[in-house]
Amino acid sequence: MTDNHVNSKRRRLLTIATSAVGAVGAVGLVVPFAGSLSPSEKAKAAGAPVNVDISKLENGQQITVEWRGKPVWIIKRSQEALDFLPEMTPSLVDPDSNADQQPEYARNEHRSIKNDVLVLVGICTHLGCSPKYRPELSTSTEGAFLCACHGSKFDLAGRVYSNVPAPKNLEVPPHMYLSDNEILIGSDEGAAS
Amino acid sequence: MSFNTWLNDRLPVGQAIKDHLTEYYAPKNFNFWYFFGALSLVVLILQIVTGILLAMNYKPDAELAFASVEYIMRDVWGGWFVRYMHSTGASFFFILIYLHMFRGLLYGSYKNPRELVWIFGMVIYIAMMATAFFGYLLPWGQMSFWGAQVIVNLFETLPIIGESLSQWIRGDYVISDITLNRFYAFHYLIPFILVGLVVLHILALHQVGSNNPDGVEIKKGPKGNQWSDTAPKDGVPFHPYYTVKDIMGLSVFLIFFFGVVFFMPEMGGYFLEQPNFEPANPLKTPEHIAPVWYFTPYYAILRAVPSLAGTQVWGVLGMGAAIAVFFFLPWLDRSPVKSVRYKGPSTRLFLIIFAITFLVLGWLGTLPPTVEYTAMSQFLSVVYFMFFFLMPCYSGTGDNKGLSGLILFIVSVLLYLGVLILWWAQTPDLALWIKTLYTVLGAGLLFYFGVKPGWIKADEIKVVPERVTG
Amino acid sequence: MRNVMKKTCIALLCAFLPLSAQAAGGGSANLEHVEIRLNDTHSLQNGAKIFVNYCLGCHSADYMRYNRLSADLDIPEEIVLRDMISSDAKIGDPMTAVMPVKKSAEWFGVTPPDLSLTGRLRDAKWLYNYFISFYVDPDSVSGWNNTVFENVAMPHVLADLQGRRTAVFTTDEDGQKKFDRFEVQTEGQMSDEEFKSAMKDLTGFLVYVGEPVKLKRVKYGIYVMLFLFVLAFLSWMLKTEYWRDIKSSH
Repeated sequence: MTDNHVNSKRRRLLTIATSAVGAVGAVGLVVPFAGSLSPSEKAKAAGAPVNVDISKLENGQQITVEWRGKPVWIIKRSQEALDFLPEMTPSLVDPDSNADQQPEYARNEHRSIKNDVLVLVGICTHLGCSPKYRPELSTSTEGAFLCACHGSKFDLAGRVYSNVPAPKNLEVPPHMYLSDNEILIGSDEGAAS
Repeated sequence: MSFNTWLNDRLPVGQAIKDHLTEYYAPKNFNFWYFFGALSLVVLILQIVTGILLAMNYKPDAELAFASVEYIMRDVWGGWFVRYMHSTGASFFFILIYLHMFRGLLYGSYKNPRELVWIFGMVIYIAMMATAFFGYLLPWGQMSFWGAQVIVNLFETLPIIGESLSQWIRGDYVISDITLNRFYAFHYLIPFILVGLVVLHILALHQVGSNNPDGVEIKKGPKGNQWSDTAPKDGVPFHPYYTVKDIMGLSVFLIFFFGVVFFMPEMGGYFLEQPNFEPANPLKTPEHIAPVWYFTPYYAILRAVPSLAGTQVWGVLGMGAAIAVFFFLPWLDRSPVKSVRYKGPSTRLFLIIFAITFLVLGWLGTLPPTVEYTAMSQFLSVVYFMFFFLMPCYSGTGDNKGLSGLILFIVSVLLYLGVLILWWAQTPDLALWIKTLYTVLGAGLLFYFGVKPGWIKADEIKVVPERVTG
Repeated sequence: MRNVMKKTCIALLCAFLPLSAQAAGGGSANLEHVEIRLNDTHSLQNGAKIFVNYCLGCHSADYMRYNRLSADLDIPEEIVLRDMISSDAKIGDPMTAVMPVKKSAEWFGVTPPDLSLTGRLRDAKWLYNYFISFYVDPDSVSGWNNTVFENVAMPHVLADLQGRRTAVFTTDEDGQKKFDRFEVQTEGQMSDEEFKSAMKDLTGFLVYVGEPVKLKRVKYGIYVMLFLFVLAFLSWMLKTEYWRDIKSSH
């Protein structure tokens, strides 16, 4: 008998409205909760761009710096090694760097801003080991970088060989030249000076 | 075969929903005071969620703890919000629980057949106090450190085992990194035990059914309502009726809760105390230390008791008794009726006096002790205990106070004589009019609540209606 | 019965009143009033400048990062890097004192405390009055004393700005030494008014550093309140709608 009085339309509408507003509130609560797990200011400060002086870098030599907790390599390549790069093309997965593994300014034959200076994140694109640099093999098809974990090989522009576990070229981090011999790794805008 | 059938063949989900929500019949006359149980549950869940998030950035290390809290407040995205929710939630949890307990006192929710519900509730209350105490050390500020120092030193007053017991609790000779580390572990652990206790509390409640402002047992009343022929006539299904009502209560509560979180997270120094913005320094005590507000009524009782026979253990015992006495409430109340609506005027009057006493003791516990404040604390501590000890007298109907009632009456008289000796023989600094006032008031209480209703004239009890009202 | 409940509620409320009154008070009776406005960016910028020039030498604000300062106070990062950072700190680093903690402890006998939370530990009124109450005291180790913070170890770092002042004390009936007034010994670079305004800015900055998120917190709070009022209204409508079942069964 009471059912006759029930305005079920109004009841449904109010239930939906309250649930919808309540759901918005729940999302509003989850956002800061989940957000509190994202990198903090401390993590961001620790991951700030890194200055590297390359004035003493010689041909074939490698410097490793830490940026955001990852190894970043800076390697100076000889003209001889650069000339060898095109010869690698047939045995590579992505010789023209089509995959988004580098900033636009490093999407060239040498995968670098200055032809001879290579800047790479030293983390294998397979499962995150750090490959080994083999300068003596820079002009051979054996692979200038070898990842000891699963045998992935890369050439001296960080391009991955076909038929190895790693799917992509090594990543080129955002970077810029502050002067001829000073690289800022982690930033490519004029913000910091 | 639907997923529902598959699941319910294996786990009684549907049955549980029926038993505790859609076919749990709660009295239809719940009022304002019945919001606080459900709200406490929500706050408990919020405390656990925010607590786990804080634990991801907090460091339980004396060198790092203070800085890690500021790290949460400044460097963690949204960290200030999570932290303020947690610190505000702690205080609100106690506000809600105190209101929830007061509801129990008002309507006799502890009385037969709900003694076990009450006892589980008291265990929850004590577990909450333990959690709050352990948690308060974690920010490692001056107040955290010295508050914990004072409370742990309470155990030192126990005869013989005292010193080794307090060292065992601290794991050190002072509150230190070791203490912080273990307090953190306990602070993380106990809330999950709390959840289990809450489940028991609710299961025990649903076994006997909810009480209500009239104190009428709806299960004993007529049967049959618009939803079921066998359900109590005065019951309504918890879901949807009380779920929608509790959601309404929750939204209003959240206005107050987030009002504090966003506009006054320190709450004038009561939720976050000023000295706690300075890192713990074992070599320098802040000028005035007081526990957080929710402990202060007991702290006032602790300080009210003087040391006797070369030990301060009496204050600690007094404080312990003040909490423990709640457990006996179901058996102290001899009234044939539950709700204050139908109890005699003495019960109603003493309940109001008790509520005020508790609040004023809480206020006194935040103040530095002076002769006047201490005397006031002593007087109110006696009133606090009289509320319980005289209950068999003033709540009974004359012939059912029993021997225990008489013994407790004598205990009350002894307590009163004890403070008389304190004031008149040992406190020459206390103004004469204050001594006289407290002496007369105390004697008045003893006579009015202990003697009059019990031995001269029984309290008048109103007739309880058969069905709930309103 | 309703009556008793109402009375109880009123009694509960009354019992809370002395509590809030007590919280509002707090021993700083003779101090000069100061009004801090956290949304006055100019004032905070000036406070930050004074802090960096005069305080940061010895005191750190280790929980405060330069880039937060730059973002909150509208100071471009280049300017922060050029004018505010004298060490080799980066923009994301915390504001650490130039002088090593150990050395300063040797010089002053105490380690100058970190100032990140001073704005919350002490109130604005106390801080402001402390800054303006230094006087020359030949008897103290540093040559300075302070009427708000007696025998403070810190010398008057801002003496160049405020000038040197001596304090005149009187003795009251109980034989207690009582502060009467300051007397100017040498003028500083700033007039009394300019100095007080500068100290107000510095106080504001310290209050800001105590809780940098405060302004934002209050702003979010207003939206949250509006939202909750809508939710409360809707849930009240919903509850009323459902409970019509029960009213009508009577």
